[in-house]
Amino acid sequence: MVVRKVKEFIIEKLILICGIASIFFVLLIFLFLAKEGLAVFKIVSPSSFLGGKSWYPISEPPQLGILPLILGSAIVTLGAAVISVPIGVGCAIYIAEIAPLKIKEVLKAGIELLAAIPSVVLGFIGMVTLVPMVKNVFHLPTGLTALSGSIMLAFMAMPTIVSIAEDALYSVPKTYKEGAFALGATHWQTIWRVMLPAASSGILAAVMLGIGRVIGETMAVMMITGNSAVIPQSILVPVRTLTATIAAEMGEAVVGSEHYFALFAIGIVLFVISFAINVTADLFLHKRQ
Amino acid sequence: MVNAAFDIKGLNIWFGQIHALKEVDMDIRPNEILSIIGPSNSGKTTFLRMLNRLNDLHINFRMKGRVMFGRSDINKMDIETLRRKIGMVFALPLPLPLSIFENVAYGVRMHGEKNKNRIAAKVEDALKRGYLWEEVKDRLGESAFKLSGGQQQRLCIARTLAVEPEVILFDEPCSGLDPISTAKVEDAMLKLKEKYTIVLVTNNVKQAARVGDRTAFFLSGELIELDKTDKMFTVPRDKRTDDYISGKFG
Ligand SMILES: Nc1ncnc2c1ncn2[C@@H]1O[C@H](COP(=O)(O)OP(=O)(O)OP(=O)(O)O)[C@@H](O)[C@H]1O
Ligand SMILES: [Mg+2]
Repeated sequence: MVVRKVKEFIIEKLILICGIASIFFVLLIFLFLAKEGLAVFKIVSPSSFLGGKSWYPISEPPQLGILPLILGSAIVTLGAAVISVPIGVGCAIYIAEIAPLKIKEVLKAGIELLAAIPSVVLGFIGMVTLVPMVKNVFHLPTGLTALSGSIMLAFMAMPTIVSIAEDALYSVPKTYKEGAFALGATHWQTIWRVMLPAASSGILAAVMLGIGRVIGETMAVMMITGNSAVIPQSILVPVRTLTATIAAEMGEAVVGSEHYFALFAIGIVLFVISFAINVTADLFLHKRQ
Repeated sequence: MVNAAFDIKGLNIWFGQIHALKEVDMDIRPNEILSIIGPSNSGKTTFLRMLNRLNDLHINFRMKGRVMFGRSDINKMDIETLRRKIGMVFALPLPLPLSIFENVAYGVRMHGEKNKNRIAAKVEDALKRGYLWEEVKDRLGESAFKLSGGQQQRLCIARTLAVEPEVILFDEPCSGLDPISTAKVEDAMLKLKEKYTIVLVTNNVKQAARVGDRTAFFLSGELIELDKTDKMFTVPRDKRTDDYISGKFG
């Protein structure tokens, strides 16, 4: 009896420690990020950091404006959203509502497979197929453009969007559908006027999480967007995203230098954006329940 | 007035291995209220959903026999036209996730009406005929889910009326309602009879006796008896009918 109680006690405490540890590590990471990142504001003001038009971190004196990087991330993300949201939601509708059972299973397996491809592999494939294609189709000097990044990232966002949106559509009560059918609605009218509105919060969450994935993505983007830190005038020019900047420059930044602090500050910006997106997605998801 | 009777011959329905309806022959006459009674699992809902082909949504559904709606075979008709002409009110009130107004306007719009004033007029008219107008006229923009259960059910009736059907199918429309709401729905049905043919599935034998012109008794997928309601409730031909309506089983 006593032995069993002691065992229970130890197991409980171990689990508790695991729980506390995970929170503790998150806190540590956050503190570290804040400590290193906020130091940059001793050198530049927040407004000239966020709004500055030039990013020359190793010139003398360094120019630490990340607006080109923010806009780079924004244009790539927006492009990816414009491509992946309609296709992803369309695909979800097809899987949830239209596809016969067999095709449905094949498609779902395919989507899972797409999610399983490591991003560096996707980036590599994009580099040798997509980049030359974009170059030729638009007669550009280089195919390493924001558009290439958008297309590539759309592929990465798609599995998230499709699976969550499909889930949302699937959990619309069957009774709504029957109600609409009984009024003489066609299948499409039912989908458009009943299923989609009823699943809207879940679909919005799917979109937000898909976009969250896109904003955080680094490898593939670094490989195919051309890495040029200038304010993009169109989607057909090379850009540099926030993530790619950190990945590309962290290795060469001297620890404790202004450049180093600035990269951490970019990390904070990314963190805030991702956090905001996840919270929004969460709000939509909970509204559904 | 409308030629909306059903004529059903040799109807059999299966769901996979389950034989849900067996060799049913019957007719449904214009402007009558036909009540369908029977214990659970006797195939009442299946029968009703066959009439507007809602069973077709199930992949393992199979049907044999001939069902004529007026002069057309239901399985050869355009399914949306069939369903518009045959409205249905479900057991649980089923408002769509829209406002009160939009719930009723939905079907009207869907069938091609675009003029805002005409839509509003139809919505008002349908709500009046569903005996709901007075209670909701000042809150048409609110979500339909804010209505009480009985109001939701009358909203569903109004929604069905708005698309101007010829037949209305009711599947235990009062099973979730209190006696007062039930009485209101029954009143509505009796008024509706003047214009529509009504098929009412009910678990409540007394309700069948109150509103039905004729009553059909189903048991284990078979139609046991179909007769004038007062006749069936006084001198049933079949012993099983007698047992059921006198409450010996079911
Ligand atoms: N979609 C379906 N898939 C498989 N079997 C079904 C389906 N719908 C109905 N059935 C079966 O058909 C038979 C008749 O069911 P039905 O719903 O018509 O009964 P009911 O008379 O309406 O009963 P209740 O009074 O409980 O509503 C039952 O055995 C039921 O299990
Ligand atoms: Mg039933």
